[in-house]
Amino acid sequence: MAEAALALEDVAITFGALKAVDGVSLTLMPGEIHALIGPNGAGKSTLMGLISGSLRPDRGRITFGGRDVTALPVAARARLGLGRSFQVSSLIPEFSARRNVMLALQSRAGHPFHFFRPVRHDRALTTSAEACLAEVGLALRAHVRAAELSHGERRRLEIAMALALAPSAFLLDEPMAGLGAEGTADLVEVLDRLRARAPILLVEHDMDAVFALADRVSVLASGRLIATGTVAEIRQDAAVRTAYLGEAAS
Amino acid sequence: MPRIGREQGLNLGLALALLAAPLVALALAEPFYITLATRIAILALAAVGLNLALGLGGMVSFGHAAYFGIGGYVAGIMAHHAFMGTPGPLGIPGTGQMLPIWAMAMVISGVVAAVIGALSLRTSGIFFIMITLAFAQMLYYFALSWPAYGGEDGLPIFRRNAFPGLNTMRPIQFFAVVYVALMLAIGVFAMLRESRFGAALMAARQNPARLAALGTAPFGVMLVGFAISGAITGLAGALMADLTRFVSPAMMAWTLSGELIVIILLGGTGRLFGPVAGAALLVGFEVVFGGMTEHWQLLLGIVLLLVVLFARGGLIGTLAGREGHG
Amino acid sequence: MTLALIIEQMLNGIQFGMVLFLMAAGLTLVFGVMGLINLAHGSLYMIGAFVCAAVAAWAGQFWLGLAAGMAAAAIAGALIEMTVLRRLYDRDHLDQVLATFALILIATEGTKMIFGPFPLYLGLPESLTGTVDLGLAPYSRYRLALIGFGVLVALGLWLVIGRTRLGIQIRAGEADRAMIAALGVNIRALYTIVFALGAGLAGLAGALVGAIQSVQVGMGEPVLILAFVVIVIGGIGSVRGALLGALLVGVIDTMGRFLLPRAFALILPADQAMGVGAALASMLIYVLMAMVLVLRPKGLFPAHA
Repeated sequence: MAEAALALEDVAITFGALKAVDGVSLTLMPGEIHALIGPNGAGKSTLMGLISGSLRPDRGRITFGGRDVTALPVAARARLGLGRSFQVSSLIPEFSARRNVMLALQSRAGHPFHFFRPVRHDRALTTSAEACLAEVGLALRAHVRAAELSHGERRRLEIAMALALAPSAFLLDEPMAGLGAEGTADLVEVLDRLRARAPILLVEHDMDAVFALADRVSVLASGRLIATGTVAEIRQDAAVRTAYLGEAAS
Repeated sequence: MPRIGREQGLNLGLALALLAAPLVALALAEPFYITLATRIAILALAAVGLNLALGLGGMVSFGHAAYFGIGGYVAGIMAHHAFMGTPGPLGIPGTGQMLPIWAMAMVISGVVAAVIGALSLRTSGIFFIMITLAFAQMLYYFALSWPAYGGEDGLPIFRRNAFPGLNTMRPIQFFAVVYVALMLAIGVFAMLRESRFGAALMAARQNPARLAALGTAPFGVMLVGFAISGAITGLAGALMADLTRFVSPAMMAWTLSGELIVIILLGGTGRLFGPVAGAALLVGFEVVFGGMTEHWQLLLGIVLLLVVLFARGGLIGTLAGREGHG
Repeated sequence: MTLALIIEQMLNGIQFGMVLFLMAAGLTLVFGVMGLINLAHGSLYMIGAFVCAAVAAWAGQFWLGLAAGMAAAAIAGALIEMTVLRRLYDRDHLDQVLATFALILIATEGTKMIFGPFPLYLGLPESLTGTVDLGLAPYSRYRLALIGFGVLVALGLWLVIGRTRLGIQIRAGEADRAMIAALGVNIRALYTIVFALGAGLAGLAGALVGAIQSVQVGMGEPVLILAFVVIVIGGIGSVRGALLGALLVGVIDTMGRFLLPRAFALILPADQAMGVGAALASMLIYVLMAMVLVLRPKGLFPAHA
């Protein structure tokens, strides 16, 4: 039995009276794309926060690559190989696309306290950055400031940065958010190729994308995991239909 | 790329103008203007330090006068003990040599900046501003009441510190020392900005959450940036002490912290030669408008308000456009 | 060192704390509701003192001066808010710092131009001169009244914030700025009122202090900086935190300046003890602030723990 790349055991967090995440256990196995879906307010963003480290659970354990990371802060988890993209594009606005990816690469390479060599002339960084940008189709826009990229380009830059980290697991938060049909199709293709590099935990609303990509799907509703299985299994699951469509649907 | 060329041209122009002005003054036998140019260069150096923390790192320190004052007092105390022939604090002997004084000034102000930074960076936003202001005020009051080095009356430096091979008592030679120090500091700023450290620092300003998600904790980067920033401003303080041959708690007053921030704004936040442009503008303003009315600070306040509201890029931003970050 | 002296110093500390409270309450409200850092708050303190002194001298009456000082500061505050600060709410803190610093320059020079560079005289009101016998010690009637003012203001703020419509809007604004605009509250008016309220309190503080210390240009900034320390120690956004923090700072600072030189006199020669004691006493509250930063970064009594 292969070891899970990422595992959550009975993770929970409460905000005041709200049980945002209420005892969720799931795994991300090597080589798979595991999609996490659920209606609005289900707790997906909170769960992402817990996995990435910006939130601390009230109970439960999170292991990454076999290691207990529950107490580790965001930067430490990233250094261990957790590559995350944000639901709302979170880039360095004044930097070009290339510079954004170079930042990811330099973080991957170690500590930031190198004072002397200009980053611009660092062949290792620039060529790798350009390679990552090429993978997501942004090679021609490398020099454009992130603030001036289109929405779709920014989503792709987010992926390029996650790629640059050479992570052992991807944590992608609604990468298709705001993309039209064509943008989604392009990104689906990119993600499909990424699967070979590292497993992907994919939070998404776009069902076409989910059904096209996912090996397994977990459904979150009201902070709880109500179903886990293949795409086919989930489509037929009664509890899932109720959660999405209300009591009348079943 | 025309944009970058414009800024580089402007920078070169500023560097040459700052060098030329005292030489012209020398030729015209007007030593006052040599001193004025020296003062501009020293304030510019202090602002280069702040520019690192504020312009690159986004840390709005309203307490950089503290490091200026510490640098000044190191110079003053060392010179005082050298003159008196008595041992200095912790038994360190006094010295009248600039180079060791600069080294001490930079190390001590850098260390103090690291301590204050470590405490202040636990917060952000307006808390950070208030706390840096408060700590600087603390040092100001301490200098005011500590009896050993003059307190409110200050500490005179009877003989300007020495630099090997030069006669620092001659204004133009002292200016040369200050000018070179300023250019070196600008060079260091440029080097840091282009380095991996600079990239991380600028990222920490714009999007700390993103930087952390990439694996670099913003706190460490910002703290190191803050400490280096304090060291550079400390060097400026040591030079100012030698220029005026006088050190007093006024070097640590909150008004000076405000002036440094104003210099950064007037010149252009984060710009390489912003501090030079800003210092020249501020001192120029004082000389020109101070000559017309004793209430020139009212005019300065109005101009400042207008610049903040309508001309945010400062002089260099307005003339050379936005920076490129290829 | 008698008991009477210690009690006098304690009360002085509380009185000083009340002045800091008046400053800090305004600052913390403005920050909580508008998210604005206002360095010109010290100038409003100064305006209150100057107008009070001028009107009191002209009318021969302290209380008229006090009312005028408060009103002038509140009006000045409202004017500043409507003309300058309104444009800054969406700007970053650096811009707010620079703009309000510019306002300090304008206010300082302006005051010098109107009133001249020398301090003004402000005398105690007839009814409050002399001392009151508190049983254990005599104490200045005026300073006692000052403490009373502080208590009244604290109660008043508690009532306004807790019991009035304005108070609800203030509390809602502190919790979620964007939301109250969406709910149809007249944001512009609310902000101006809150700012004027804070300004009025600063003016009151300046006028009250002006009678026991000098009324001079630049008197506001040291108090402003101490008010910042109070807010850091007491906790942001909380008037209760401002009160408790201010009392803590006031008492510790006053007692420290009183006791430390005497403590050092036990181990050092007298003149050295004075200097060293005074120097360390002046750092005391900042050390306290540093400790709070390490142990409780949100302050000791934050509004939202």
